[in-house]
Amino acid sequence: MRPAILLPAFVLPAFVLIGAALLAVPARAQESETPPLVHQHWSFDGVFGTFDNAAAQRGLQVYQQVCSACHSMKQMYYRNLAGIGLNEDQIKAFAAAILVPGPADESGQPTQRPALPSDHFKSPFPNDEAARAANGGALPPDQSVLEKAREGGPDYIYALLNGYSDPPAGMKMQQGMNYNRYFPGNQIAMPQPLHGNDVTYVDGTPSSLEQEAHDVTTFLAFAANPELNERHATGVKAVLFLVFLTGITYALKRKIWADVH
Amino acid sequence: MAGLHKSDFANPVINWIDTRLPIFTMMQKEYGTFPTPKNFNYFWNFGALAVVALMVMIVTGIFLAMNYTPNVTMAFDSVERIMRDVNYGWLIRYVHMNGASMFFIVVYIHIFRGLYYGSYKTPRELLWMIGVVLLLLMMATAFMGYVLPWGQMSYWGATVITNLFSAIPVVGPGIVTWLWGGFSVDNPTLNRFFSLHYLLPFVIVGVLFLHVAALHITGSNNPLGIDVKSPQDTLPFHPYYTIKDSVGVCVFLLVWAVLVCFVPNYLGHVDNYTPANPMATPADVVPEWYFLPFYAILRSVPNKLGGVSMMFGSILVMFVLPWFDTSPVRSCRFRPIYRQLMWVLVADALLLGAVGAHPPQGIWVVIGRVCTAYYFLHFLVILPFLGKLERPLPLPESISRPVIAGGGGGLPGGAPAKPMEKP
Amino acid sequence: MADTVAPTAFDHGSPGDARRDFLKLVVGATAAAGVGAIAWPLVDSMNPSQDVLALSATEVDLTPIAEGSGITVLWRGKPIFVRYRTAAEIKAAQDVQMSQLIEPQPDSQRVKSGHDKWIVLIGICTHLGCVPLGNKPTDPRGDWGGWFCPCHGSQYDTSGRVRHGPAPLNLYIPPYAFESDTKVKIG
Repeated sequence: MRPAILLPAFVLPAFVLIGAALLAVPARAQESETPPLVHQHWSFDGVFGTFDNAAAQRGLQVYQQVCSACHSMKQMYYRNLAGIGLNEDQIKAFAAAILVPGPADESGQPTQRPALPSDHFKSPFPNDEAARAANGGALPPDQSVLEKAREGGPDYIYALLNGYSDPPAGMKMQQGMNYNRYFPGNQIAMPQPLHGNDVTYVDGTPSSLEQEAHDVTTFLAFAANPELNERHATGVKAVLFLVFLTGITYALKRKIWADVH
Repeated sequence: MAGLHKSDFANPVINWIDTRLPIFTMMQKEYGTFPTPKNFNYFWNFGALAVVALMVMIVTGIFLAMNYTPNVTMAFDSVERIMRDVNYGWLIRYVHMNGASMFFIVVYIHIFRGLYYGSYKTPRELLWMIGVVLLLLMMATAFMGYVLPWGQMSYWGATVITNLFSAIPVVGPGIVTWLWGGFSVDNPTLNRFFSLHYLLPFVIVGVLFLHVAALHITGSNNPLGIDVKSPQDTLPFHPYYTIKDSVGVCVFLLVWAVLVCFVPNYLGHVDNYTPANPMATPADVVPEWYFLPFYAILRSVPNKLGGVSMMFGSILVMFVLPWFDTSPVRSCRFRPIYRQLMWVLVADALLLGAVGAHPPQGIWVVIGRVCTAYYFLHFLVILPFLGKLERPLPLPESISRPVIAGGGGGLPGGAPAKPMEKP
Repeated sequence: MADTVAPTAFDHGSPGDARRDFLKLVVGATAAAGVGAIAWPLVDSMNPSQDVLALSATEVDLTPIAEGSGITVLWRGKPIFVRYRTAAEIKAAQDVQMSQLIEPQPDSQRVKSGHDKWIVLIGICTHLGCVPLGNKPTDPRGDWGGWFCPCHGSQYDTSGRVRHGPAPLNLYIPPYAFESDTKVKIG
């Protein structure tokens, strides 16, 4: 009788929670005529998922050589690259190759200095206005938490990068816009950023469009969730602990209640 | 001396304190030996779970406030700094963020339990009304907390909700300007919301104290909805209900941990990871899931003031519920018709949630209006009449003897009768 | 409460008691461990965060410092003196009798061996926390040619040792290391 009561009391929260969330999701997705996202296999999926460091490092190369021409990543520091397996010397070398504004010199003129691991990622433009001016009026969004800021997350970013084509016959494109079947409204200001062979990977991996898109998406997912590896590991431990605690607490409850009729 | 308390505690230190300030005696009386109906089911866990949720929210909130900056130029970045640079900041922030959802889940189930088992009926009307006050305070706290990360949903949610007050005739626009401290949601708004978001949880603690005090005056309701008649009907709170609540707390924390560690953003909205931009409204402004049914009611009324009134009315109607339900029987178990209608109300609320999540177009408008109408119909029309028309099942004689007493008015009390139904 | 039924589960002597008490102990200990595990992240969140730690070391380029003068750099919110000592200053610092010092300490313990010409100090007077003068050759340097505290007149020699009160102790030396002959890393 007791477990029979336990069931509705705890199934109901799950029911309400899942119900509300499931109902909310289609509402957001249904607005534009974009095909459903195809779920890709990601190394960081699932309870035990962790970032594939090799993919993320290749993604960093794509970000650095392609995306960072227009997109900032203001929340990231160069030291954060330790999270995808770069060692201290590699991080120092990576940062030192990038010049950032330094202190004013004796005559008050601005100077430049090599970046340090403690520096934020350098932004391509000094401010939003300059970014708009250089991009036909459209502001390239900051990519620090972009993966968390788009419905569909990594699958959406991957699909978008692969979603460019010529517009279907009869579609009227606005000036300076590009056709992308996954972008809401199908007209995106960003020209196709990746075509395949845009970078020469340090580790020799062939840089097909799909490979580049997959790698840079992995890197963007890392940038948005640098705590993910630790979070998943903590979650596994917490769940095991709480299942054990629930079990023995329930056993004790049974013992204490054994004499009550 | 007249004022000193005669303490029974053997430990000299506890005895010394208890003689001068009998808090140990009080704890022993209210949480040790406190006579509690012996037939609680697990729905009676949810009050304790709400207290746990409140405590976790206050503690994590205090540590978040140590690193949060309530300024429009820095709020978003300071939250990201918590997520990235503060030791375990991601954990504390995700626990707090998902904690709002967890808090509302347990409180909604707690309210459902009160409705289903008639916990609002005499003599617990005031206990119930204090509970409704707690719900309103929680909603205000949750709303202002959601503004603090200063993402797109924070900003536009704040704009939409504060604009509700502009529906008030004559003084409405003045009130909205006063709430904002300016002519739009801006830095003064964020600052005061942070201040109030920090204050209100402690107001909740105070009102919660009244809620519990009122509970301990009337004693708890129980699944049978009948009064405690003898000591055989009760058990001391400790250890029976401390351990039973502990089981619930463990399961509750388990669900919370899964949310935080594996799907921390599942219940949130992606647009709140884009910094607030007063120049661009997101494609669809929707509140957090726990406000969706109220949002649906708001949008179902094709009149601004009407919608706002109905939305607030949907909660205020709870204040008069004890007087609109005319049935003398508390528990749904003995009200065959009302029990069905109770589930219809749950379905109605869930449907309203779905309506709130969808753009107000086509069929959703119709569903929204039907559900809104039914919601008020339930409380204001069905309940008063049903209490008079419905023929309740015979009530058991007592909690400890869950047999149906005197069916037809003639049988002796101890006669074998149909056992009570399984809960 | 008198009107409460006697809790049968409290009765002692039944066979299930020992097991129940053991289970109580296990549940209590496990729950306590859980609370501890939850408390640690909260406590640790008040420790220096990653962005603070990332700035906790400062690299100083020595090439622009002229002989006989020093510079002040900020490290962990404190002024750090880095001074290029002349041969005469080094000799004066090394030749002092220990008996003349308020806090006796040989100069060799206050510099890195092989780098006698560089003295690195936390620039905070050990009296009441003012920043002494003396980095620039034009500053007042006191009677011992080191640093002079304008607040209460404490004087330090070219090794940063206190020679005239009221300061009770020598200037502190931060943790630092030479990364090359022209670069030190403080912290």
